Amino acid sequence: MTAASEKEAKRIRVAPFITILFFLIMGIVGIMTGEVGRVLEQAVQVCLSCIGIG
Amino acid sequence: MEIVRKWVQTIMALLVNGSWSFPFTRTIYQGPLKVVCSPGLNCYSCPAATTYCPIGSLQQLMAGIRIALENGQNFFGLYVLGTMGVLGGAFGRLICGWACPFGLIQELLHKIPSKKFSIPQKLNYIKYGFLLFFVILLPLTVVDDFGYGELWFCKYVCPAGTLEAGLPMLMLQPALGQTIGLLFFNKLTILVGFIIWSILASRPFCRTACPLGAFYALFKGFKLVKLRFIKENCTRCEACHPVCPMGVKFNESPENAECISCLKCMDKACKFDAITLEIAGLPVGSRGRAARPGPRQSDAPA
Repeated sequence: MTAASEKEAKRIRVAPFITILFFLIMGIVGIMTGEVGRVLEQAVQVCLSCIGIG
Repeated sequence: MEIVRKWVQTIMALLVNGSWSFPFTRTIYQGPLKVVCSPGLNCYSCPAATTYCPIGSLQQLMAGIRIALENGQNFFGLYVLGTMGVLGGAFGRLICGWACPFGLIQELLHKIPSKKFSIPQKLNYIKYGFLLFFVILLPLTVVDDFGYGELWFCKYVCPAGTLEAGLPMLMLQPALGQTIGLLFFNKLTILVGFIIWSILASRPFCRTACPLGAFYALFKGFKLVKLRFIKENCTRCEACHPVCPMGVKFNESPENAECISCLKCMDKACKFDAITLEIAGLPVGSRGRAARPGPRQSDAPA
């Protein structure tokens, strides 16, 4: 395996973990701002116009 | 492998629609599980839904961003986007192939015997427009006098919402029938259109209109689980072309954003181990045999 392909293989191995970590931090920030409560509040209500009724 | 996938699809559909008390309560599940993200497109106004739909929630947060900020709440959709991103980074569109209830419905419809048609590749780009405009920009920018936007994709397009929530709610609460109008018939027409299209072509909604599929497609180069093409093993027999439910010609475009990692090409078509499944760059299997590492496509001789 050449040095270039080894570097590419490493990038392929590492990139998903960096991506996941980035979004994980984003999600944690969302939790810290209390967004979970807002999501729950919305998800337990039937939005009639959203489903084509009303 | 196809049987395993069908089982996983069924189990996932039942897990995200696991509340079966609605015939008695005549409304939707309202418990704490609704803070959990459904990996696939599954309307949270479905009476059986136990999780939230990421596309519905994201639109809700975009639509209410002004009011939230006025009230001192910094709700920018980070929790929803973060969850979607973690799922996308781990699995990408594998979720479409293995965990989406609406994908399963389309696959079952496609089994109905009829003449089958292909879908022009250009139509694949429409879903990115739905993601950008109907899920993010329009709910964010087109607001009423109170500063609240609309859920454009749910309200005007989403056939999953009509099938899983609109029609069941009308059955559970017949009085709602008095309030239906043009909006409902518009959505019903879209649903019927996609049902007929799903019989005639494979996964038309996933390929042309699903904003969640479009979001997961953005992770094609950064996802943990993906299919890998070993060019030196490929004989160009093109056996992988007709089996793909998404119309991907895998040997020609192995990094195609449409690939839902259903493994049909690897498991049913390729006899030469030219396609392997890899997790974080490490091969884990190919067609029932132990995968052997090969040079990457970029290394292989042309």
